[in-house]
Amino acid sequence: MKEELSNSTIISAKNLSVSYGSQEAFHGITLDIPRNKIVAIIGPSGCGKSTLIRCFNRMNDLVPSAKVSGDVFYNGQNIYGPNVDAVQVRRQIGMVFQKPNPFPKSIYENISFGAKVNNYQGNMDELVEKSLKQAALWDEVKDDLTKSGLALSGGQQQRLCIARALATEPEVILMDEPASALDPIATLKIEELMQELKEQYTIIIVTHNMQQASRASDLTAFISLDRTRVDDRVGVLVEYDLTEKIFIKPAEKETEDYISGRFG
Amino acid sequence: MNNNHQSDFRENLKNRHTIGKWFYIILLACLLVGLLMLTALIIDLAVEGHAWIRPELFSNYHSRKPEQAGMKSAIIGSLIVMALTGLFSFPLGIGAAIYLEEYAKKNWLTNFINININNLAGVPSIVYGMLGLAVFGRMFGLFSTDSWLVKLLHLKVGEGTLSGLQFNLFGISWLEIHLPFHKSLLAGALTMTLLILPVVIISSREAIRSVPNTIREAAFGLGATKWQVVSKQVVPIAMPGIITGIILSLSRAIGETAPLIIMGAFTYVPFLPKSIWDQFTVMPIQIYNWITLPQTEFRVNLAAAGILVFLAILLTFNAIAVLLRKKLEIKW
Repeated sequence: MKEELSNSTIISAKNLSVSYGSQEAFHGITLDIPRNKIVAIIGPSGCGKSTLIRCFNRMNDLVPSAKVSGDVFYNGQNIYGPNVDAVQVRRQIGMVFQKPNPFPKSIYENISFGAKVNNYQGNMDELVEKSLKQAALWDEVKDDLTKSGLALSGGQQQRLCIARALATEPEVILMDEPASALDPIATLKIEELMQELKEQYTIIIVTHNMQQASRASDLTAFISLDRTRVDDRVGVLVEYDLTEKIFIKPAEKETEDYISGRFG
Repeated sequence: MNNNHQSDFRENLKNRHTIGKWFYIILLACLLVGLLMLTALIIDLAVEGHAWIRPELFSNYHSRKPEQAGMKSAIIGSLIVMALTGLFSFPLGIGAAIYLEEYAKKNWLTNFINININNLAGVPSIVYGMLGLAVFGRMFGLFSTDSWLVKLLHLKVGEGTLSGLQFNLFGISWLEIHLPFHKSLLAGALTMTLLILPVVIISSREAIRSVPNTIREAAFGLGATKWQVVSKQVVPIAMPGIITGIILSLSRAIGETAPLIIMGAFTYVPFLPKSIWDQFTVMPIQIYNWITLPQTEFRVNLAAAGILVFLAILLTFNAIAVLLRKKLEIKW
């Protein structure tokens, strides 16, 4: 099922809704993610930002009560289509989580796990080195790759998790508030890293930090609660545009209120 | 610390601190009751039994003369039963625990199973003895001369002490099978497996549940399948907890007497088992046997010596469990 889309779009959500049981998380979101860009998703707590990016690699499949309707096209193919295996989608669309979650194993094993389970045929040592270099962690850990991933600092752990995601050679990396558990210096390192990774990867990042969104992203999507539905908390896409536009001259009053700190 | 303005607080610090002190003393007393009892037991046993812990205790079988009596077959029997029980309960317990934690859907059936596993853990051990006797020891009489199965298949079954069916599986000489299991080590170990299985399942489940969900998410996020997530991350990470739970369950089983008495484990076994089909006895049964004899040397001294040996083995088991946990545990 090929959708008509420009070469530059890598992920395209069409009328996407997710509900947990009877409670809808967000409703009717349509947006295109361009290739090799950083897209920030901002919005108040509980509006479904994390749920949205978890649709892009089918992580919501793991939540038994979650129900996804609408379509997500990745390189023109519907990842919720009948012949698509979520396992393959997740190798191609990697994920970095809110809290650094290295496996309680060596740095080397952390990186090689994703490659091993996906039957990687190349040279593992080279892959580990390349991934750690890409995540700007190599120089700090190269002397002892047998050290436990848990022995690293929080910022290093998160870069290890990024390196781990890179090792399965994905095209897209989803980041769910990757710096929210880190100090400002470690946060800055992650942001610098994102700029380097942009050359080869597409990054979608959920963040609560307005400065981070404005500093680090090319496009910003603002999701907020649907004002017309007072009783529920249902997320809707309010505005999606170039980051400069969102932060300097937003089209919607609600966006302006949010980014200027008047609510949220 | 006087303040001058009006206040509705009457702090009454002295009383509050006194109550706190008394609470502390009561807690300490609660602990000491248990510890004192254990100390009294060990001192009493040591006084009565220390002189009887001598080479003969380990090298001799039971004898009519106390000076020559030992518990060799009971010690070996206990150790073999434990080893076999561990061998059987390890895969069964882990398998059931993984299924319940990682695969079972959360519905009424799973809840029902959960409740019943907890109930099974509380069933008196003698009931397991009766179950083991019926299922393993006699196999419902299916292999007796007059059973319908024997008649139907025209099986050649023995009578008397050699009753039941004996054959070599696939004709391999060491794969000897006896049906039913009678009063063998195998029957005893399988009964003990049933007995500790609920506890093994519960403790393994706790170990699996303590693996943070973020680990599962991380592995799934890298494109691992469910089988890979469970076998390569969750179970290895839970393994220290699972092993500790199994060792502690085994040290419960090593002290069980009732089910093996029901199964018909012998009190007088003057030989070492040559295979898992042989008859056996275990330490608690040997000790019980000595206590029931009229001579003081058996009733008091040898029994005390036997209990000391038993406690030493039990403590070794528990120490191994603690050491393993200390060595393997993951500091998150």
